[in-house]
Amino acid sequence: MPEKDNIMDAIAESNKSVVTGIDEKDIEHWITIWILGREYKVPAGLTIMQAMEFSGYRFVRSCGCRAGFCGACTTVYRIEGDYRLKTAMACQTRIEEGMYLTQIPFTPAERANYDINKLAPGIEALLTNYPEILRCLGCNACTKACPQDIDVMEYIAAGKRGDVGLMAELSFDCIQCGLCAIRCPAELAQYNYAQLARRLHGKYETPIPGYCLNRVKEIESGKFDAELDKLVKTSNEELRKLYTARDIEKA
Amino acid sequence: MAELKFIGGYPEYMRKHIDIVNSTRAQRKDFTPEAMTMEQRDEVLKLHPDYAPGGKRAIALGPNKGDMAPNEVADLLEAYPLIQGNEMDVSKPDYTVDLLVIGGGLAGTTAAVWANDTGIDKNKILLVNKLRHGDANSIMAEGGTQAADREDDSPDRHFLDAIGGGHFTNKPDVLKELVKDAPFIMKWLCDLGAMIDREKDNSFVEKGGGGTSRCRMHACKDYTGLEELRVIRDEFRNREIPYLEYLPVVELLTDGNRVTGAVLYNLETGDYKIVQAKATILATGGFGRLHVRGFPTTNHYGATCDGVVLAYRIGAKLRDTDTVQYHPTGAAYPQQIIGLLLTEKLRSMGAQPLNKDGEAFVFPLEPRDVEASSFIRECYVKDKGIITPTGMRGIWLDTPMIELKNGKGTIEKSFPGMFRMFQRFDLDIRKDPVLVFPTLHYQNGGVETDPWGKTNIAGLWVAGEVSGGVHGKNRLMGNSTLDCLVFGRRSGISTAEYLKSNPQYGKLSIDHLNNYVKLLKEAGIETSRKAPVLLPDYRGKAVLARMIDIF
Ligand SMILES: Cc1cc2nc3c(=O)[nH]c(=O)nc-3n(C[C@H](O)[C@H](O)[C@H](O)COP(=O)(O)OP(=O)(O)OC[C@H]3O[C@@H](n4cnc5c(N)ncnc54)[C@H](O)[C@@H]3O)c2cc1C
Ligand code: SF4
Ligand code: SF4
Ligand code: FES
Repeated sequence: MPEKDNIMDAIAESNKSVVTGIDEKDIEHWITIWILGREYKVPAGLTIMQAMEFSGYRFVRSCGCRAGFCGACTTVYRIEGDYRLKTAMACQTRIEEGMYLTQIPFTPAERANYDINKLAPGIEALLTNYPEILRCLGCNACTKACPQDIDVMEYIAAGKRGDVGLMAELSFDCIQCGLCAIRCPAELAQYNYAQLARRLHGKYETPIPGYCLNRVKEIESGKFDAELDKLVKTSNEELRKLYTARDIEKA
Repeated sequence: MAELKFIGGYPEYMRKHIDIVNSTRAQRKDFTPEAMTMEQRDEVLKLHPDYAPGGKRAIALGPNKGDMAPNEVADLLEAYPLIQGNEMDVSKPDYTVDLLVIGGGLAGTTAAVWANDTGIDKNKILLVNKLRHGDANSIMAEGGTQAADREDDSPDRHFLDAIGGGHFTNKPDVLKELVKDAPFIMKWLCDLGAMIDREKDNSFVEKGGGGTSRCRMHACKDYTGLEELRVIRDEFRNREIPYLEYLPVVELLTDGNRVTGAVLYNLETGDYKIVQAKATILATGGFGRLHVRGFPTTNHYGATCDGVVLAYRIGAKLRDTDTVQYHPTGAAYPQQIIGLLLTEKLRSMGAQPLNKDGEAFVFPLEPRDVEASSFIRECYVKDKGIITPTGMRGIWLDTPMIELKNGKGTIEKSFPGMFRMFQRFDLDIRKDPVLVFPTLHYQNGGVETDPWGKTNIAGLWVAGEVSGGVHGKNRLMGNSTLDCLVFGRRSGISTAEYLKSNPQYGKLSIDHLNNYVKLLKEAGIETSRKAPVLLPDYRGKAVLARMIDIF
């Protein structure tokens, strides 16, 4: 155990590999991957993103949140000896021996401009903005490509029926990485249609709870102003007392 | 590592500890350790990275000279500009707009939409981004957004919770607007079509969070920020407000008194562009990628403190620079995701922190600094942590308890993002606990503002994580996305009102850099450090040792 005054140093030491880049001398196991066709030996167990950085790539594109939320690090790869083309997010996927990979930093996909206030949930809103949705061939390539395991084909099918609620639910975890669109033989931009469906569903099919609307009115009418103004002027000693005396609702 | 035998994604020795956790779960179900008294909190906080010895120094120059800041932040304030006064011509604008918004997270995107709503023509607005529009901390918010909208809750309660959590250092007049606008913001999100979690009767699902006395956390599964930002961004795009990507601001321009524009740098082609603007909103987010005190971080790739550095150089006042928020539950295993966030909502829904003996040792929903400190104590003072194959210490977060308390299927339904992240590395959080340790999460302090986002510098507004004051020295969960939405909106409205008074364009200059360099020299700062840093560098050490600059 570290001395009390050295705890921070001990913590920093244990985090070194994530914070300052990986040092070769700490590595026991190596594998071979191919980045844009060139061979690199990299420490086993890294993510694709970490492995590219280890190899000397400093990202400008293809790196955003580094945690699987933003869809920037879209990657396509093949494993040596396997004909299948696979897809992944570089920040969330471990490298494998013999991985041949490239990234797709940008998807040129069509999106419509609309005024959400002038639409109604249903088939019409989808067809006016994205008539091409009917071209879906039902081939399932999108679903296979989706790194979020979303049933893309199914949400497109829901869209074709005008079921925006189902389309919204099924597509909710979409990080808009563009892989479905890249793989689609019908040249659709599925994730943009899903965005529209979710907004239609959120706006028109789930009304705002009455108590929330009520509270907004109460605030606008100044109901809480006196109490808040008093708190703003209250001394810290007094605030401390009020704070300690709060009753706490069980989570 | 290959000698280790893995069972369900964990090495055998860790599996033994997990067995203890799994076998004691039923008897822990109805037990929760008591919340700490104020005195107990003060005691454990001594172990917090903010208060543990070292790590900070007094800022050597500028408006906040003498204030304490983490060394990593002070290093950037005490660094030389990337461009020097006479090196380039900044007088000819490539873009001339009324409003420049810097940074397209929740704060910046909301600001642009509301400026447009308040009457600024879309073509008179420009939003610039360092990365893609949306590659931001905002998109990663998992847990939720606070709003005191239920009948048994109130804005003043929200105020008390926040100011107590902030150790009574919050700027009260700014905090007041945060809590007052919150219910309206929920309504606005719904009007735009955001899918906020609902109960069967259509009321919002509202959970508690660390330091909240009422359940007021509104979430969109564990993709709250993703949903909020993609909806607002969609609205932004529908309005065709112009935006640029991969063109970070590397310096603000002034006419000597007020901000008049900015210098953009094209990260790919290496040339610069000049923006002339009458009003500027700085919304560049936080600084997790500075890895304060060597901690890993939850933050996105571009969280490098740029906004604070740029504003400070033109004389903007900062506040609360001495504290940093560490989130108690960053992933400590597996290696690939160290530091990434495990949302506080896991604890709101029953996941307990446990030590290596499977004991619940702390109230799960203390304010973040207290909770994080108690984890450090358990691992590094009491020696009750679990040591990973890479030498990290961590404690268990008993995620399967969530299903025991809320029913089977809860995890996949409420935490699809978390479940997926661990599943990708062969771990099942429904069956086994996860190992956690504090991670660098949030920039508490920042550029000081008034309740409309205005700074002490004319022409400059700030909104979101780059600002300081509303959270004081510690922010509660769910108050930051709220902060971005409330003060993004307010700064958008405020700049629009200002623009209606028809201010003139000002001279474009970087003369203020000469002054700053003079101050640096006077303070005796001899260094090759330059700032802003724009992006961190994680390239392998062996490659870096052989870099040459010949092309
Ligand atoms: C993993 C995670 C989970 C979180 N969970 C929650 C939660 O549940 N609830 C909550 O309330 N808060 C949460 N937070 C905090 C909250 O998400 C952020 O504090 C908030 O979204 C910050 O928003 P922002 O708009 O200020 O900054 P950001 O969203 O970070 O946006 C800033 C943008 O500015 C860009 N930028 C930076 N520098 C420059 C430059 N020089 N020029 C141009 N552009 C620049 C950045 O690239 C970025 O796109 C979480 C944060 C993280 C990291
Ligand atoms: S639905 Fe398409 S854009 Fe969305 S995550 Fe899946 S592949 Fe990516
Ligand atoms: S890839 Fe295109 S055509 Fe095939 S199922 Fe998906 S949307 Fe339809
Ligand atoms: S970098 Fe955001 S998903 Fe990978």
